[in-house]
Amino acid sequence: MHLSGDWRLGEEAPPRFGSLVEGGGGKGEAGRGEARILDFDAAELGTWDSSLLAFLVQGSEYCETHDLEFRQENLPEPVVRLLDLARIVPQREVVEEPEMGSRVARFGRKGVAAYEAVMAAVTFMGEVAGGFGGVLTRRVRMRWRDFWVVVQSNSSGALPIVTLIAFLVGMIISFLGAVVLQRFGAGYFVSYLVGYGMLREMAALMTGIIMAGRTGAAFAAELGSMKITEEIDAFRTLGISPVNHLVLPRVLGLLVMMPFLTVYAAFIGILGGLIVAMTVLDLSATQFFGGLLMAVTLSDGLLGVFKGTVFGLIIGLAGCMKGMQTGSDAGAVGRAATSAVVLGITLIIVANAVIDWLAVLLNI
Amino acid sequence: MTTDAGVPPIEVRGLTMQYGPLVVMRELNFQVRKGEIFVIMGGSGSGKSTLMRHMIGLQKPSEGSILFEGVDFLEADLDARREILRRMGVLYQNGALWSGLTLAENVALPLEEYTDLDAETIDEITSLKLALVGLKGSGAFYPSEISGGMRKRAALARATALDPEVLFFDEPSSGLDPITASRLDDLILQLRASFGTTIVVVSHDLASIFKIADRVLFLDIKQKTMTALGTPAELRENPPSEEVRQFLTRSSEPGSPPGSSTARPSP
Repeated sequence: MHLSGDWRLGEEAPPRFGSLVEGGGGKGEAGRGEARILDFDAAELGTWDSSLLAFLVQGSEYCETHDLEFRQENLPEPVVRLLDLARIVPQREVVEEPEMGSRVARFGRKGVAAYEAVMAAVTFMGEVAGGFGGVLTRRVRMRWRDFWVVVQSNSSGALPIVTLIAFLVGMIISFLGAVVLQRFGAGYFVSYLVGYGMLREMAALMTGIIMAGRTGAAFAAELGSMKITEEIDAFRTLGISPVNHLVLPRVLGLLVMMPFLTVYAAFIGILGGLIVAMTVLDLSATQFFGGLLMAVTLSDGLLGVFKGTVFGLIIGLAGCMKGMQTGSDAGAVGRAATSAVVLGITLIIVANAVIDWLAVLLNI
Repeated sequence: MTTDAGVPPIEVRGLTMQYGPLVVMRELNFQVRKGEIFVIMGGSGSGKSTLMRHMIGLQKPSEGSILFEGVDFLEADLDARREILRRMGVLYQNGALWSGLTLAENVALPLEEYTDLDAETIDEITSLKLALVGLKGSGAFYPSEISGGMRKRAALARATALDPEVLFFDEPSSGLDPITASRLDDLILQLRASFGTTIVVVSHDLASIFKIADRVLFLDIKQKTMTALGTPAELRENPPSEEVRQFLTRSSEPGSPPGSSTARPSP
């Protein structure tokens, strides 16, 4: 085989060895016939780089599978050396893979994993509860600075997004009500729908979902990166509980602010509804609030606040737990943040359904 | 503070370490003597850092036990554990300073947790500890604002905040230039000389090992156990295995004819 000219990556696609031998042509000329030896003539070879090497490695592999002798003595010496390096088979230690076993065994293993995950979650909640008890009885010193940072980011920091979403959701509910209720000539009752819907359901739910995406993910990412930089280990080996120091201020900070955010979201949502009612249905503000106050009671508002508080607890715990359970590779923090949001939102929706069901049973 | 001369600060008995089904090291038996600098060495991936994580109670042995002054950490009750942890300090590979706190707050936190000292005294101790590692006046910086070498020294100030009896170092010289690394070694020697601290170091840096080690333990990645324990000079003069000889002379070439010509230290 004659090798000639310049071999440069990126200038021209290097030929594939296999197709060259079958077809012929290109930069190298090869005559196969009944040959048993592959030899090279590199006298006219110009500059070369990895593209030549890749081509030659293909060649040597081709020779191995087709039972040919690959003769490399006539290639330039640096090429031969690199070729030798490229073809060294690395020594590999055999890692004992756990055998997969039967379907029953796999099912069992999944069951054990699920059991362990539940136990870890229960243990974590127990630790947080213990720490909270400790703060109440003044046995545990909490980092109040972290607490106030969380309070700040979940109050003034969260207001713009909560305002926007709550306002739009209020408008949406009002639009729906306007379209449906007008048919029955009951457009007046749109305020009932908006007030009842925002206070009981949507304010808490939307705030919860926003906070799961913004604060829950942030908790998981913060604690996850602290896990990776061994900061959490540093707490442990100093005998300081990372739960008391890192988790408690975050969970409590969110828990304290969620009721306020829920109430705020409800009012903004009702405001959005009012604007739609005034423009689309030509209701006056007096009419709107008159209808609202006639039908909506304080217990509707309190139920919403209760929900918001529960959601805050769920988001804080889910975010911190996923953060503390972060693995040690680079993708782990991302996965922790993702699963904190997914877990948080899922649990919020489930909790919402359970609370609604109980409220119906209790006639609230 | 004082312990019976007979009880070693740390004793490892029949330790097997595993990650899931994968055995990292088995059958480890050794004692760390009071006041010595004990270096754990071995190639990358041989389980040096894992062994340290076991010794400081972050990981559970799959077999065997680790005794801290005769007490098994994992079987001790909470108060005893806290007491053990108070008496040891750890310097992590990258410092592991708490990123939300300044250097001074990092050093002060263990003091606040374990003592009832007033703020002024804690401030004084903190700036003393920072001065001892050459960071006088840098207390107001956050860990992200300083260099890797400073971070390690600050982490050392934190690890020594409670005047521990046993100090663990995970790869103290990693990521540092030779001069900075050697200064850190001086600091380690000085600590031992002034406080009689027992020091356990995980390292693969030969210069550092020969400079500071009283005794070294060699973990052999192929045989999955310890193959040598002795002073560095002893092991260099009289290496008990080909791997130890290659490691200590920093060569991948076989020394004497016996077989192992394909042996390469794993990268």
